[in-house]
Amino acid sequence: MKLVMDTANHIAGEAAKAARAEVVAAYPITPQTTVVEYIQKLISNGEFDADFICVESEHSAMAATIGASATGVRTFTATSSHGLLYMHEMLHWAALARLPIVMVNINRTIGPGWNIWADHQDSMAQRDTGWLQFHCGSNQEVFDTVIQSYKIAEAEEIQLPIMVNFDAFILSHTSMPVSIPDQPVIDKFLPKRKPVWKLDSSDPLTHGNIIPPDPYLEIRKSMQESQDKARDLIRTTAEEWKKLTGFWHGGTVEEYRVEDADLVVLAMGTLGSEAKVAVDRLRKERIKAGVFRIRSFRPFPIDEIKKLSEETKLVVVDKALSFGGEGVLYSEVKSALYGRKNEIFGWIAGLGGKDVSWQDLVQMVKAVKDGKAKPVNWQKGGKGAITGFI
Amino acid sequence: MPLRDLSKEELYLPGSAACAGCGDGIALRIALKALGKDTIFTVPACCTSVIESSYPNTSFGIPVMNIAFAASAACASGIRAGLRRQGKETQVVVWAGDGATYDIGVASLSGAWERETDFLYICYNNQMYSNTGIQRSGATPFGAWTTTTWKGKEESEKDMIAIAMAHRLPYIATATIGYPEDLHRKVQKAKSIPGPKYIEILSPCPPGWRYDMSKTVEMSKLSIATGVWALLEVEEGNITFNGRSKAILEGKIKPKPVEDWLSEQGRFAHLFKPKRDEERINKFKEIVDQKWQRYREGKL
Repeated sequence: MKLVMDTANHIAGEAAKAARAEVVAAYPITPQTTVVEYIQKLISNGEFDADFICVESEHSAMAATIGASATGVRTFTATSSHGLLYMHEMLHWAALARLPIVMVNINRTIGPGWNIWADHQDSMAQRDTGWLQFHCGSNQEVFDTVIQSYKIAEAEEIQLPIMVNFDAFILSHTSMPVSIPDQPVIDKFLPKRKPVWKLDSSDPLTHGNIIPPDPYLEIRKSMQESQDKARDLIRTTAEEWKKLTGFWHGGTVEEYRVEDADLVVLAMGTLGSEAKVAVDRLRKERIKAGVFRIRSFRPFPIDEIKKLSEETKLVVVDKALSFGGEGVLYSEVKSALYGRKNEIFGWIAGLGGKDVSWQDLVQMVKAVKDGKAKPVNWQKGGKGAITGFI
Repeated sequence: MPLRDLSKEELYLPGSAACAGCGDGIALRIALKALGKDTIFTVPACCTSVIESSYPNTSFGIPVMNIAFAASAACASGIRAGLRRQGKETQVVVWAGDGATYDIGVASLSGAWERETDFLYICYNNQMYSNTGIQRSGATPFGAWTTTTWKGKEESEKDMIAIAMAHRLPYIATATIGYPEDLHRKVQKAKSIPGPKYIEILSPCPPGWRYDMSKTVEMSKLSIATGVWALLEVEEGNITFNGRSKAILEGKIKPKPVEDWLSEQGRFAHLFKPKRDEERINKFKEIVDQKWQRYREGKL
């Protein structure tokens, strides 16, 4: 085990190397660029044995990744924000082609106006592409999740691509200590990919030609079944990793002080980590709060959320919005708890990278506790870290 | 190589979903004879993605990766990299229509050429979006009717060969299905050259060009005889002409009048009926004449 101090972007590159990705295709976009630079540097130094394809767009980055993955090799790519949106068509293609691609997406907001800070609008807009979607709360989790993602994506019963998300700058450009297990440990955990189908001239097949409605529907249903099966596999894969390395970030969710909680904050990414700080403060004031940090947005951890008592009040904090609807996570949580008595409150916060501090989260929980919160609330704009509500 | 000596192996299988008289079907059959079994196709949205027939059947005896409209050249870069990792030297071929090549996929094609992906890009050019029902593309010639140019296209086609030349590819060629031996030779030659190669095959389309389905080969040959299309090769920047096009360039034969080509096709009928549109016919002639003038100067 090697202890390093580095940014999540470099750690993502280390993870691609440790996973022995063979083909990497990527296009630069802030704040993902240092992933691309770092991987190129590792390859040119001879430290990482992979072919890097410098493509001319993110649409092509995903197309090239799909082409390489279809030959049976392990592939990696990384993007962010508008790059992810530009890939959108090919994200569907990768999932529908059942290719176990692993991609890092550094969550960044969408323009106009131009803004490079973190929110989740980019990845939430890819909700229905068929990809599994994980959100990380620390640099260690980024490393561990990338490695675990290959194992999950390549499992015979899954065969779907995985997007590993983490927040722009808050993690992407922030150095944190990360322990990297020895390569033989990783190789034992993650053996060479065994493709279920591949392009091979000695065994020709035509992939993706015109398909009538009946088999189409059946094939899409099998994707949903794979997403459902992934829920258990995410947990058991994380448990296996814990046995080997000692690291644990949760299964589909990370639960923090929820056992006796009257109020539970649900959030993703670094906001979920920040919420733990808020909960510790609230506990000091004898307010029984806990955190449900959603690690797997797709598949959505419905059963875990249902385990919460019906008396628990939920505070869902969204860094993304479905315009004309509501917070994306808020909708998901309400849907998971359909027919149950839980009171569910939503906050739209942190859009365009607006800071959401533990102080903000404390206020949100207190507003719910004191009966001052509406079903849907907005973080206020304006100066200062501590903000009020509309 | 004479036709009778071409491989007897059919990798374009019988029972495809091509229209009767489809030029692309002929192009596929001949090109695959030259390419052989150790070939992977990647095909964007185009007529070929229909011709290959429906799941669970296929019209191809080689692996085919269907890919989104704009993405085939990038997909080819990925396939090549994946094969290279496995030490495989399989030919990677994009088989794309002119809409995918000239228009929506031109950025990804330019990218793959610039990064010198070792692959062969074949554009079968039927001068329109045929698969979607005959819409104008960047390859549609001046004056042609399509369902998005009801009174005839007002602009000339773009010069894709010149765009390919600007990327300094090691091998560029044009062909047409009426001259299968020439097509076969060019595909074989491209196969032997490493790096990015481009071949464009003029493929007449009976429903799009509006002529009788029995006349596809005649239409192809007429395209050469009238000089509307030219058979050429570009190696290391040097342009050479082949067959009848060479004879036209050297002045050994005179091209047939372009009206012979125009008047055979319903898509140009409005240039002749209800009365002859001298202005537009002359403009069409001028476009063809100017092209040959450039050819004589060693340019495109």
